Amino acid sequence: MKIHLLPVRFTNSALLASVKENLTNIFNDVEVINIDINIDEAYSKEREQYFSTIIIAETIKKTVQLIGKVIIITDVDLYIPVLTFIYGEAQLNGKHSIVSVCRLHEEFYSGKTDETLLRIRTMKEILHEIGHNFGLKHCINWDCVMHSSTSIEEVDIKGSYYCTSCMKNIIF
Amino acid sequence: MNDKVKILIVDDEKIVRESLFHWFEEEGYKVDTAESGEDALKKFEKGKFDLFLLDMKMPGMSGLELLKKIKEADQDAIVILITAFASVSSAITALKDGAYDYVTKPVDPDELAHLVKKAVEQRALKIENEQLKEKLQEIIKPDNLIGESRQMKKIYDLIQTVAPTDTTVMIRGESGTGKELVAKAIHINSKRKYFPIVTVNCGALAESLLESELFGHEKGAFTGAQFKRKGKFEMADGGTIFLDEVGSVSQKMQIELLRVIETRQFSRVGGNQLIKSDFRIIAATNEPLEDLVKSGKFREDLYYRLNVFSLVVPPLRERRQDIPLLAHYFLNRFTTAMNKPIKEISPEATDFIVKYDWPGNVRELENAIERAVVVGKNNSIKVEDLPFQLSAVEDNSGDKSLSAFEKKHIQKILNENNWNISRSAHILEIDRVTLYNKINKYGLRQIN
Repeated sequence: MKIHLLPVRFTNSALLASVKENLTNIFNDVEVINIDINIDEAYSKEREQYFSTIIIAETIKKTVQLIGKVIIITDVDLYIPVLTFIYGEAQLNGKHSIVSVCRLHEEFYSGKTDETLLRIRTMKEILHEIGHNFGLKHCINWDCVMHSSTSIEEVDIKGSYYCTSCMKNIIF
Repeated sequence: MNDKVKILIVDDEKIVRESLFHWFEEEGYKVDTAESGEDALKKFEKGKFDLFLLDMKMPGMSGLELLKKIKEADQDAIVILITAFASVSSAITALKDGAYDYVTKPVDPDELAHLVKKAVEQRALKIENEQLKEKLQEIIKPDNLIGESRQMKKIYDLIQTVAPTDTTVMIRGESGTGKELVAKAIHINSKRKYFPIVTVNCGALAESLLESELFGHEKGAFTGAQFKRKGKFEMADGGTIFLDEVGSVSQKMQIELLRVIETRQFSRVGGNQLIKSDFRIIAATNEPLEDLVKSGKFREDLYYRLNVFSLVVPPLRERRQDIPLLAHYFLNRFTTAMNKPIKEISPEATDFIVKYDWPGNVRELENAIERAVVVGKNNSIKVEDLPFQLSAVEDNSGDKSLSAFEKKHIQKILNENNWNISRSAHILEIDRVTLYNKINKYGLRQIN
């Protein structure tokens, strides 16, 4: 399955290269694509955050021709109404998903930089959202990357890869 | 697992509904949405939800009004209100009205996820607790006292009420309804359960034999009485005596019975020694005892002595929903006993037995299934395996057309004449060819 990695308002090229490399080890075909996505419409002045569903909707318009999965990676902080923030969003059984690294930075919590931890967290969330694209729902197995994580502690606790049961749904 | 938990999200803002829908869907919950209180109630009427997420402020019915209506319909429903910061005070009012909790917009995803998880777990525990309690309170039933109908549940309640007391019970009901099983259920749920329940079928014995049966006899009391024998009342010491068909007891025996019931003392036939016995009496009859009392055939004083707590076992036709349950119980029993590979009762046969009126009640059903298991050659019981004629079944199809009537009438005449075509055609005043044509047209066939 081809995975298109789409950076939107994303500046960390080292992290992007690392994600691409890691994804390539898992999926056959991974490509970083550069498409200009206007996300101004998604911005909430009141919340100073971006509404992820609108970013996905904007991306869908510009990636109709692409075959495979499209994962957006961004620095901006994401939200959906009612919730204070989200790490990412995906179309269940769909093509598009988005992950924000904003709250995956250790600085966000402790003020200390930890690039290794950021890479691990980002990969976990990317695999998690791609999993939703393959129809997976949250898994009860804490060793599985599809376990729900609504706090950074849970992101760190859960596993880095799909469990055997979830893996059956992934097309590599 | 979350996939068994149904959540209804009620919010007038489409964007909120959709966001929460996807978020909870990813969590694995079964999610539905409603755009108003009115819409939510419609969905609630159609299906059960475990948890409701309600927006406090909606045009039309407010979240608070909806909360009250949901709670009226289902006290155990979990309702979480979503409110803006400004309306926290009304959210607190909502808690007093039975809401599980409230969250203020925007809510931390971790908080919402854990709140919902906790609520769902609490509800599951509560349901489990209720089921366990129900099991504890459930009466012990003889294996074949079967039925989940409202009527049978009422009987179980009455059994539960009367069993722990020593009250005399009169069980009424048509023949074959399971009066003896009810008596056994009362006994095994009473404090007398460690002693025997002794059954006497009063209708089956001649007066002289009944006397000896009930009170026992001394050696030489009558011709053939070579040994002393304990009577049923004596054998029931500490336990229960079940007097079946008590309405057929003779006038003389009625006096004897009355005396024993009042004094709990008696003498064996041919003996003088007074014997004391501590027994509880359960009597049963399918006869209209009140009419027998009016006509002087049954003593009024004995009637009042026996009819302290009356319990009526409903005929099978008044609890048709229990028929498949009973039929499967008997099917399992007989297939196991006869080592037959029959696994089920076909849908047609099930439909058939449910519609049949069963004048002989559970006993007749038991016999019918036993017979069907004996003759059955397939993996399932077919209509043809059942021992009665199609015409015996009341047509409840509601089809009042002339052709439906004709079909029924022809089937009846054919059955009555053992499918003798010439005779049936003669009675129907049609020729044989016409009768054959009609048999084909209606797909009639000979049963048995």
